[in-house]
Amino acid sequence: MDTDLSLAGLATGLRERSFSSVELTAALLAQIAERNPQLNAFITVTADEALQQAAAADAALAGGDSSALCGIPLAYKDIFCTRGVRTTCGSRMLEEFIAPYDATATARLAAAGAVMLGKTNMDEFAMGSSNENSHFGTVANPWDDTRVPGGSSGGSACAVAAGLAPAALGTDTGGSIRQPAAFCGVSGLKPTYGRVSRYGMVAFASSLDQAGVFARSAADIATVLPHMAGFDPLDSTSSEHEDPWLDACTTQPLGTARSGRIGLPKQYFRDLGVTEASLQSACQVLEASGFELVDVSLPHVDAAIPCYYIIAGAEASTNLSRYDGVRFGHRCDNPQSLEDLYRRSRSEGFGAEVKRRILTGTYALSVGYYDAYYLKAQKIRRLIQQDFLAAFADVDLIIAPTTPDIAFKRGDLVDDPVAMYQQDIYTIPASLAGLPAMSIPCGTHQGLPLGLQLIGPHFAEKRLLETAASFQQQTDWHLQRPGQNPQAADSGSET
Amino acid sequence: MADIDIQHLANLAQLELSQQEISVVGEDLQRIMIMVDQMQAIDTGNVEPLAHPLDARQRLRPDQITETIERDLYQQGAPATADGLYLVPRVVE
Repeated sequence: MDTDLSLAGLATGLRERSFSSVELTAALLAQIAERNPQLNAFITVTADEALQQAAAADAALAGGDSSALCGIPLAYKDIFCTRGVRTTCGSRMLEEFIAPYDATATARLAAAGAVMLGKTNMDEFAMGSSNENSHFGTVANPWDDTRVPGGSSGGSACAVAAGLAPAALGTDTGGSIRQPAAFCGVSGLKPTYGRVSRYGMVAFASSLDQAGVFARSAADIATVLPHMAGFDPLDSTSSEHEDPWLDACTTQPLGTARSGRIGLPKQYFRDLGVTEASLQSACQVLEASGFELVDVSLPHVDAAIPCYYIIAGAEASTNLSRYDGVRFGHRCDNPQSLEDLYRRSRSEGFGAEVKRRILTGTYALSVGYYDAYYLKAQKIRRLIQQDFLAAFADVDLIIAPTTPDIAFKRGDLVDDPVAMYQQDIYTIPASLAGLPAMSIPCGTHQGLPLGLQLIGPHFAEKRLLETAASFQQQTDWHLQRPGQNPQAADSGSET
Repeated sequence: MADIDIQHLANLAQLELSQQEISVVGEDLQRIMIMVDQMQAIDTGNVEPLAHPLDARQRLRPDQITETIERDLYQQGAPATADGLYLVPRVVE
């Protein structure tokens, strides 16, 4: 059977009884079994649970269930707590942790009839841009297994790109959905901060963390998002913003945008490097579609990376203090004292990058440095947010590259944390400002995918998705699959 | 920039680092803080710090009982428990 259909195609197939959810799920599980040993996209495959859920979905479909997700198999980043199923967050600290409750996002998808295939690999505690920080091993980029899939949601991006799941959940703190989406040639949306509940999502940096979706098209993302988004009283930062469009999305297909003003930040477009050709041709496609392209300025984006690493580090050092070896998670052998228990449990349970970030955050928050680092970073965060708000007074959305380059080789940046952090240069500003942003495939370089990033005002996911859908109607970059287009010409082209 | 006292930070963060880790992390942190110091070039006088990207205020819920304690379930994942208590090394002799 063809498991490579769009979500709408899969939903139609299920409804017309061309195949059952059990057949679809079994076909995907077979592909996972065959390819995961090489790709390492999944930490845990929940085959038995998936087939049970699929059987229940088939019964619901037979009874007339009309949810677009009923019987659709999805993969979840292993940062979402799933009751009764191991939830590791890519860490030795949580290697044996069985979540006692469900995250709101995955619980809502389950209620809509979605089937959970398993939990995907990730950088430990979502800290990383290459998936090389996972306790469970590196994930391969399905386009070239000597290269990284990006991170931290590398397993989810890889699973969708390799056809192991039609869509997958990720989380994005500084680019952890958009960057792997770009590196793996799939579409990925980070919604507005607060749009999707953080309840049951293992916390990294609470003022930045946001759950989102990977899929093969903007239309597919729009099928999943409304079933997981919306106010949740269990998350104190969940937004109460009401959006009739989101509800309408569950019954109507996504429209396409054909007009509007798109801003090109001059700080980015001065020197696009290897992304130049594909970005320029993407601009031509958008212009030919009816969009007006204008220059905008984001004067403080150069300070976004240092600002982010202080704020995220500070929040991480606080959040990760809960791992103490007492209530859950890893405990060292034979602790001699309470202090010894804390220290050795944490030192054995956390990997090098997590320790580095905890120490960076501890330093930024320590006596005498708080004003110079943490408060300074919060003020720069305000300036970056104001840059975007000023730009959005003039334009409807902003475009940028997602990454400075194609996926890098495994091992290339592991010894240089500062160079690794620079990978997030284009994604971090929208995170700091809490804006919705997505990456869609827009071309290739050396046969490897590149992403176009769309950034919108708060709660403008509709505009992002409809613009992306318009672009995907006129280009076929999102339809390319790893290994299927060996002769594909580089840079952008129109269909 | 002054040398960063990694051992002091490790104590604050309840981490135990080997001598080799201290030296590697020390070099990494120096490089990270040099990058971070780019922030000092930006004038932030009269700028309000931003803690929440949508400037939301803390929401308060009605003071009602909404949850029940499932201690047995939650303690299933604990390394050591007895009679509903978490066990740790003796603190007071």
